[in-house]
Amino acid sequence: MNERIEKAYASRPKNWVFELAIAVVVIALLIWSGTAVETSGMTQNGGKIAMNILSGIFHPDTKLLFTLTNQGVPYLLLETICIAFLGTLVGAVISIPLAFLSASNLTPKPVAFVGRMIIMAVRTVPAFVYGLMFIRVTGPGAFAGLLTMSLCSVGMVSKMYIESIEDLDTRILESLDAAGCTTWQKIRYGILPQLMPNFASTAIYRFDINLRDATVLGLVGAGGIGAPLIFAMNSYRWSEAGAILVGLVILVLIVEWISTKIRVKLARG
Amino acid sequence: MSIYDKVFPPKTITIANGKTVQQYRSRKPLAAIVFLALTILSVKITGFDMAVLVKRIREFFVILDQMIPPKWTYMPQIWKPLFDTIKMSLLGSVIGSVLVVPFAMLASTNVIHNRFIVVATRLLLSIIRTLPTLVTALIATYIFGLGTLAGTTAIAVFTFAYIGKILYEEIETVDMGAFEAMEAMGATKVRAFISAIVPQVMPSYLSNCLFCFEGNVRYASILGYVGAGGLGLILNEKIGWREYSSVGMILLALFVTVFIIETISRAARKRLV
Repeated sequence: MNERIEKAYASRPKNWVFELAIAVVVIALLIWSGTAVETSGMTQNGGKIAMNILSGIFHPDTKLLFTLTNQGVPYLLLETICIAFLGTLVGAVISIPLAFLSASNLTPKPVAFVGRMIIMAVRTVPAFVYGLMFIRVTGPGAFAGLLTMSLCSVGMVSKMYIESIEDLDTRILESLDAAGCTTWQKIRYGILPQLMPNFASTAIYRFDINLRDATVLGLVGAGGIGAPLIFAMNSYRWSEAGAILVGLVILVLIVEWISTKIRVKLARG
Repeated sequence: MSIYDKVFPPKTITIANGKTVQQYRSRKPLAAIVFLALTILSVKITGFDMAVLVKRIREFFVILDQMIPPKWTYMPQIWKPLFDTIKMSLLGSVIGSVLVVPFAMLASTNVIHNRFIVVATRLLLSIIRTLPTLVTALIATYIFGLGTLAGTTAIAVFTFAYIGKILYEEIETVDMGAFEAMEAMGATKVRAFISAIVPQVMPSYLSNCLFCFEGNVRYASILGYVGAGGLGLILNEKIGWREYSSVGMILLALFVTVFIIETISRAARKRLV
C-alpha cells in the first residue's frame, strides 16, 4: 500500500519549469512595481495628522449629522441614493440593447466584437471625465451626477448581462417552438423568466457599487454627498468629514444588507 | 406567514381530487409600487428632465469631438504616469490580497467557531469596504504626502476589503474533511488551514486577485485626481487646461493598457479555474 502511494507520489505531474518561470515573472514584476513607491517626503507629522483624522472621524459633528435641511447629512444621503438609484436604472436600461448586440450566441462574431469594444471603451473613461461632459449638458447638480452614474454603470452591467444571455438555455425555446408558440410567446415564457432574475440581481448589485462610488461625483460638482465630503477633507474639518463618512458607511451597510437579501431571494426563485 | 399574506390572504384552490391548496398572492404588485415610488422620488430630487437631455445632448459630444483625433505627440509624456498607474495597482493589489488572508480565515465560520471573532472581523471588513477609495486615497496623501505611495495604500486597502469578502465566502464552501483530519492528528488551526484549506481555495483566490487587479488599474487612474499619483494627475492637469486632444490620448493609452492587461489576465484565469 505504502509503496503504491510513494510510487504515485513520485509520478505526480511535475511542471516545475513552468512554475519557476511564473514565480520569476511575478517577483520581477513586484520588484519593478516597487520602484514606483515614491512620495514627496513622508510629512514628518504624518502620524499626528493621522491621529487628527481618526479623532475627527470618531467624534463626528452630530449637529451636521442630524440637521434635516439641505445642508444636513440626511438630505445629502437621500440625494445620493436618488442619484444612484436613477443612475443605475438608466444604466441598466441602456445596457439591455448593448448586451443583446454583443452576445456572441445571438449576433455574428464581428458585431459582437465591436459591441464588446464599445463597452470596454465606455468602461475605461474615468467617471469625472463623464461628469465634466454631462455638466455641459445639464449644468452642475444632481442631474449631471445621475447621467454620469448611468454611463459608468453601463460597462459592468452590460458585461454581466452578456454573460447571462450567453448562458440562456436554448432547449426551452426549442420546446416552446415545438409546442407552436409565437415569437412573442417565446420571448415572454422562454427568455424573460430566464433573464429577469439575473438582470435584476445585477442591477441591484450595481446599485450598491454606485452608492459607494458616489463620492467620485463630488469631484466635479455633480451632486450628492461627494462634494461636501471632499471640501470638508480639503479644509481639514475632520469632524464634519467624520459625520458624512459615518452617515455614508451606515447607509451603505444597510443598503447592502437589504440588497443581499433581495438577491438571495431572486437567485432562489 | 408574513404581514403581507395576512393583508392579502392566499387564494384557496380545490383540486380535482378534493384536496385544497393555497396559492400565495404574488408580491410583484408591492415590489412594483415601491419601485415606482422610488423612481418618482428620485426624478423629483435629482431634477431628471428628458426634455433637457434631448435638447442639449449635443453638448455632450463637444468635448468628445475635441478629443478626436488624439494628440499623438503627447504620448512620450504619458509613459511614466501610465507605468506608475500599473505599478501602483500591481503593488497595491498584491499587498492587499496577501494581508487579507489571515483576516479571511478569522471571518469564516467553519474555521473559527467563536461567533464574536467572526462577526467582529466581518464588520471590520464591511466598514473598510464601504469607505470610498477616493477618501482613503485623500487621507493617505495627508499621511504619506503626495505621490504614488498614497495611491498604492488606497488600492491596497480597497483590495484588502474586496478580496476579504470573496475569500471568506469561498473558504466557507470548501470540503472540511481534510481540515478536520489534520486537526484530529494534532495540527494547529493555522497549520491545518495552510495545508488543507489554502490549496482548495488557491485557484479561485488567484483568479479573484487577478480580476481585482484588472479593476484596480482602471480605478488607479482616478486616484491621481486627489494627488495620489499616476495617470489621474496628468488627466486632471490637461482637463484643467482644456487640452482635450491630450486627454483623448491619455484615455486611448489607458484603454489599450487595460485591454492588454485584461486579455492576459483572462487567459491566466481560464487556466486557473
